[in-house]
Amino acid sequence: MDLNFSAEDIAFRDEVRAFIKDSYPPHLNGKIEEGEELSKEDFLSWHKVLAKKGWIAPAWPVQYGGTGWTSVQRYIWSEETARADAIRLMPFGLSMVGPVIYTFGTPEQKAKFLPGILSGDVWWCQGYSEPGAGSDLANLRTKAERFTGDDGKEYYRVNGQKTWTTMAQHADWGFFLVRTNPTAKAQEGISFLLIDMKTPGITVRPIITLGGEHEVNEVWLEDVIVPVENRIYEENKGWTCAKFLLAHERTGIAGVAASKRGVERIKSIARSEMDEGDQLLKNPFFKRKIAELEVDLSALEFTELRTLAGESSGKGPGPESSLLKIKGTEIQQRITELALEAAGHYGAPYFRGFGEGDNEHPIGPDYTHRTAPTYFNVRKTSIYGGSNEIQRNIIAKMVLGL
Amino acid sequence: MDFNTTDEQTMLRDTVSRYLADTYSFDARQKTVHGGKGWNPDVWKAFAEELGILGAPFSEAHGGLGGGAIENMIVMEEIGRALVIEPYLSTVVIGGGFLKAAGGGNADAVIPQIIGGQVLIAFAYAEPQARYNWGDLRTTARKDGSGYVINGHKAVVRDASFATHYIVTTRTAGGQRDRDGVSVFIVPADTAGITRRDYPTVDGGTASEVYFENVRVDADQLLGDADAGLPLVEQVIDEATAAICAEACGVTRVLHATTLDYAKQRKQFGKPIGDFQVIQHRLVDMFMEVEQAVSITLMATLKLDTAERAAAVSAAKSKVGKACKFVGQNAVQIHGGIGISNELAVGHYFKRSTMIEGQFGSVDHHLGRYERLTIG
Repeated sequence: MDLNFSAEDIAFRDEVRAFIKDSYPPHLNGKIEEGEELSKEDFLSWHKVLAKKGWIAPAWPVQYGGTGWTSVQRYIWSEETARADAIRLMPFGLSMVGPVIYTFGTPEQKAKFLPGILSGDVWWCQGYSEPGAGSDLANLRTKAERFTGDDGKEYYRVNGQKTWTTMAQHADWGFFLVRTNPTAKAQEGISFLLIDMKTPGITVRPIITLGGEHEVNEVWLEDVIVPVENRIYEENKGWTCAKFLLAHERTGIAGVAASKRGVERIKSIARSEMDEGDQLLKNPFFKRKIAELEVDLSALEFTELRTLAGESSGKGPGPESSLLKIKGTEIQQRITELALEAAGHYGAPYFRGFGEGDNEHPIGPDYTHRTAPTYFNVRKTSIYGGSNEIQRNIIAKMVLGL
Repeated sequence: MDFNTTDEQTMLRDTVSRYLADTYSFDARQKTVHGGKGWNPDVWKAFAEELGILGAPFSEAHGGLGGGAIENMIVMEEIGRALVIEPYLSTVVIGGGFLKAAGGGNADAVIPQIIGGQVLIAFAYAEPQARYNWGDLRTTARKDGSGYVINGHKAVVRDASFATHYIVTTRTAGGQRDRDGVSVFIVPADTAGITRRDYPTVDGGTASEVYFENVRVDADQLLGDADAGLPLVEQVIDEATAAICAEACGVTRVLHATTLDYAKQRKQFGKPIGDFQVIQHRLVDMFMEVEQAVSITLMATLKLDTAERAAAVSAAKSKVGKACKFVGQNAVQIHGGIGISNELAVGHYFKRSTMIEGQFGSVDHHLGRYERLTIG
């Protein structure tokens, strides 16, 4: 056991650091610190830089476009990107459907879909939740009926409603869980379909969330025709893909490196903010909350490192990743709570961002503008990806055998 | 960066774990506890001769196995799992820690006897007024000719009733709470002028109030430099704190596992209580506390020889202290009435986890120290 980086790892860290310094799109600077809402172009500008460098998918196997980095190098990568306040890439292609396709897809499906995920040319969204299927995801009702088309090929006709579909307004393609056998038990009879979002019959309607953002949508599917070859894995076995994806989604969800930056940011705010004639950071109650946050984050970081060490010794991400999801999101939420608390009075003004031709200065210090919207927005983290209560159910069943 | 144990470390864990599983049952442990001596010399002899683990963190030049902090972590976690009361912490981690850091003639003379099992050490550092300030000392060592004369009262000295040597913190200069002016001595327990009042501790061990009345020691019994001993004391207490964090990992792992088993067997309302979601989520929360404790203990152990030592140890102890309370209290709660009976092992694990919470500083103490070191 050894915490020190090897000479090779230090050289790699320096290479990564220099690359980010030289290549990170300058117009993105400051967007993370200010908690700004990011546009599709924002995400893509960084995505394209990484795709060109070949560093877009560190977690993927090399033969599909991964970097072949060791777990330590991946740790360094996440540390360095967070340290530079680089924006986090959208997970839907790279962390979610990509791994499902290279794990369960046919050679034709891999050839068709993986390049667009890596290049960023194809934007993906996730069609999982439904109005009646949140934590009880297997209760989904969207149905796909199979039929033979006039051209003699096999198709599904999809009808139903999805909700909380993040960034569907920008998506070119979506991956959907649909019911292909209505009489089977809940988790059987579900299939995993890739659907072109331009297909007739798809309607995307925005849902505005508490911070005023348009991140999520309702997606309506009315007689949407999908070729059978767009189904991943076997018919009625989509739950296998769904479970795999959820475990995959949870590993990155701890967000340790980003949270470390978040804690630094709060400390810097609390050094600027005054309380009883002194820095807010000197307030013993506030200071204690920071200290406990840092300690909990250290524990989480070493839990993630232990998990990574397990992965590098051949064990895939298991149900233990639920622990990373629960503790990681709790910490992310505490960071936004403390930032709002630190903002004091100036947490209240609602800053909508600069409109066209609007150069009026917003109210209060820069760091306060997005504290309340970010606090409200980040409540989502303990709900999405399987709520933290569902994660406890998973640990109870899969780890504790209850 | 590497989180794997070496083959030797894995073997060390297996050796200790197997020996304790075979010979150190809860009943056997309770027999020793009720014997009132605070230890079982046969177990210590086995540690020294059969298992050879008393040399785990010492250099090969002193006859040890060439290990260090990680070896102590491994042994201490197993000690926690079996609720071992024999003085590995006092003798090997703390006594050994002082001797290794101080080096010189005392190290050469005493370390081989620790490894052989002949020397047992108790650490006389606490004082009634000092709480967790290791430099708040009323015990004095007055220079007298070529040596010193020690006077004072040391509080709750664990393992003192059977130790062969005491390591004593004293004030040789300055005011009662000054950082400078602290000196550390190693003193044979049978030195004239030392008296004790022995008693059992709530977690199965023994401790003593130790009184020094004009106890004469030589200058060569100093560990480290005269008047400048506090950094050494802080270093060794940090090492000991990391070690009891590892012990706590063992204790809380057993508390969790025992409670999980119980929840699967105990039936109420016609089904195992583990079927109820409220119990399941409580057990998951306990599991997460234990895992986080293990993680941060590893962090602290790996940082013991770095500049971040003190902050890492205080971070770990605050986190582990909370885990001790949460896991211990909920283990008893889920056991229900039987959990508060003295007959079941679970209550005794709870007692040890509760004492670890306060040992070498409470949660609040360590959070405060962490703040001073990292936030200012």
